[in-house]
Amino acid sequence: MTRQFKLTYKFTIIILAILAAMGIGSIILLAIGADVTKTYLVILLEPLKSTLQISEVLLRAIPLSIIALGISVAYRSGIINIGAEGQMMMGILGTTMVALSLPTLPKIILIPLAILTGALFGGLWGFIAGVLRAKLGVSELLSTVMLNYIAAQFYTFMLRGPFLDPAEKTLGGAGTPQSMRLTKNLWLTRFIPRTRLHTGLFIALALAVLIYLLLWKTDFGYKMRASGASGRAARYGGISVGWYLVVSMVISGAFAGIAGAIEVAGVHRRALEGITAGYGFSGIVVALFGGLSPIGIIPASFFFGLLIVGSDMTQRLVGVPANMINVLQGIIILVIVSTKMILADPYLMERVWRWYQRHCKTKPEVEA
Amino acid sequence: MNTAVNILSLGIPFSVALLIASLGEMFNQRSGVFNLGCEGIMAMGAFLGMLVPYSVGHGGPTSEIFNVLGLLLAMGVGALFGLLFALVVVTFRAPQGIAGIGLQMFGVGVAGTLFRHFIGGTQSVPGISKFPIPLLSKIPVLGPIFFSHNVLVYIAFLFVPLSWYILFRTPWGLRVRAAGTNPRAADSIGINVTRVRYQALAVGGALAGLAGAYLSLCQAKMFSDGIIAGRGFIAVALVYFGHWHPVKIMGGALLFSLAQSLQLAIQGQGIAFPYEFAVMLPYVLVIVVLAFSRESQLLGPTALGQPFNREKRI
Repeated sequence: MTRQFKLTYKFTIIILAILAAMGIGSIILLAIGADVTKTYLVILLEPLKSTLQISEVLLRAIPLSIIALGISVAYRSGIINIGAEGQMMMGILGTTMVALSLPTLPKIILIPLAILTGALFGGLWGFIAGVLRAKLGVSELLSTVMLNYIAAQFYTFMLRGPFLDPAEKTLGGAGTPQSMRLTKNLWLTRFIPRTRLHTGLFIALALAVLIYLLLWKTDFGYKMRASGASGRAARYGGISVGWYLVVSMVISGAFAGIAGAIEVAGVHRRALEGITAGYGFSGIVVALFGGLSPIGIIPASFFFGLLIVGSDMTQRLVGVPANMINVLQGIIILVIVSTKMILADPYLMERVWRWYQRHCKTKPEVEA
Repeated sequence: MNTAVNILSLGIPFSVALLIASLGEMFNQRSGVFNLGCEGIMAMGAFLGMLVPYSVGHGGPTSEIFNVLGLLLAMGVGALFGLLFALVVVTFRAPQGIAGIGLQMFGVGVAGTLFRHFIGGTQSVPGISKFPIPLLSKIPVLGPIFFSHNVLVYIAFLFVPLSWYILFRTPWGLRVRAAGTNPRAADSIGINVTRVRYQALAVGGALAGLAGAYLSLCQAKMFSDGIIAGRGFIAVALVYFGHWHPVKIMGGALLFSLAQSLQLAIQGQGIAFPYEFAVMLPYVLVIVVLAFSRESQLLGPTALGQPFNREKRI
């Protein structure tokens, strides 16, 4: 097989995968009678037309990248974390608790403390799923989904009860389940005037570097990746696989918690319903799309931030409901996992190579 | 006494969606594929089930026909989704867990998108009416509990012996079990493992679609984004809990639905217990049940979750 053929083969498959993804999306768009090309153009280009829109894309890329980093750590350790949504909610509750109880602390102490508490709460929620998998063999796919539903109920309970804004309880309040506006000492600086883009962006970048160093430059990260790549071989090599499963799940949950903390401190400045906005699920797609590495996750989170902002605009501009983002994310997962397997299949490549030699070549070349 | 009858007669219809979906999932898993996208297929089924009666039928004697059409549409599209999943996990051999999550997102997304376009707000449908069985429903205690539900409830419980018969007494059932237990051996005696898994996934998808349509047509009589509320995932858990056996799965489905109706009854008594914690209960129950049924995994299909590649020799 020539080198050139291998490259063309892989490139063609990736192009076909992108076409397949867009094709399936088009079927849904046609079903609701939308203009397919225009919809894709709106989703992909409209958010890039002004500084404000780009800042909104970046704003969404912040939680996406942090959650995806956590999910990639878990995924590489052999455990799929679908519970980021719930872990993020727990993180929000942790941060809100600190900010409500210690509003007078100076900024320099309160912000780290609040974010760390968010990480702790999220990590705890991840820990439950990790221990259930490592000690009792409960599939993390099911337990994390269930923990999402449990966290969602607990979140609503806290917002309606202990954390409820006193102003909402009075006669003038509408009874909206949300906390009061949190202390200014928690707020992250918005560094571009007239946009909501906050310093959480730099936290996200720093965390990406941290994860890169952890996974590829430390003993600990190597052992985690070994547990994920081949649990049996790792165990034979003396690595306590169960322990690394739990730790990776705690890290994953903590990252989702941090994402929640940063959303509260940077964007909403109070705990209210709908903060998580499906970031926990989009994070899975971002992690996969980014090839489960920080270097890929950063551009991937920007791309999905773009898709999310773009999908919000389709309702107004082309009459396509914003739910389209879920459709696209689902397709992208299905296409990515399929494409990965097709690319890794040597038998298929062999077969295509033979076909290619028979039909497209007059005289066969010397194999490389 | 009266309360107990109420709890039971409410609990039995609650179990139907779980029962149908997990029987479908049982066929998937028996063939060696676990389909976590069940939730997404159910969402599609719930939307499609009510789409037909909502857009065509407007009450009257013919409305039952449109209800049936809705159910059939939900099953057909459910089967299609099952086949799409088969393409990804059987033909392309993608990892089943993450692919299932993809299918779930896709199904929920498509249902939500189409719902906003074709129906819009919270519209209700008359749904499938109750059909008390003559004579039998007049029996004092047993009548209201067992014999005064809508037709789908009876059909769902007939599925239990039917799927037992299909799985354990027909050649196709044997092929499904062989494909899930030892695909290589099955392949060597001429069973087309790929085809069997495609068929099982289509059956599972159709049943998941039906389960979803039951929720929108019989239980809620409307569609909303959160209508499935994790029942697809609970159905997957029930298959583990029920040891891949129809009768035990029925037991699990009844346990969950009775817990739900008991919780509603407690709420009705005005006992001070936060509503959110009551809603949490079934999800907590799933985790507890899974945590205490570790050994059950040894009883499962041995090739569960493993893609089969004819060309690979080990």
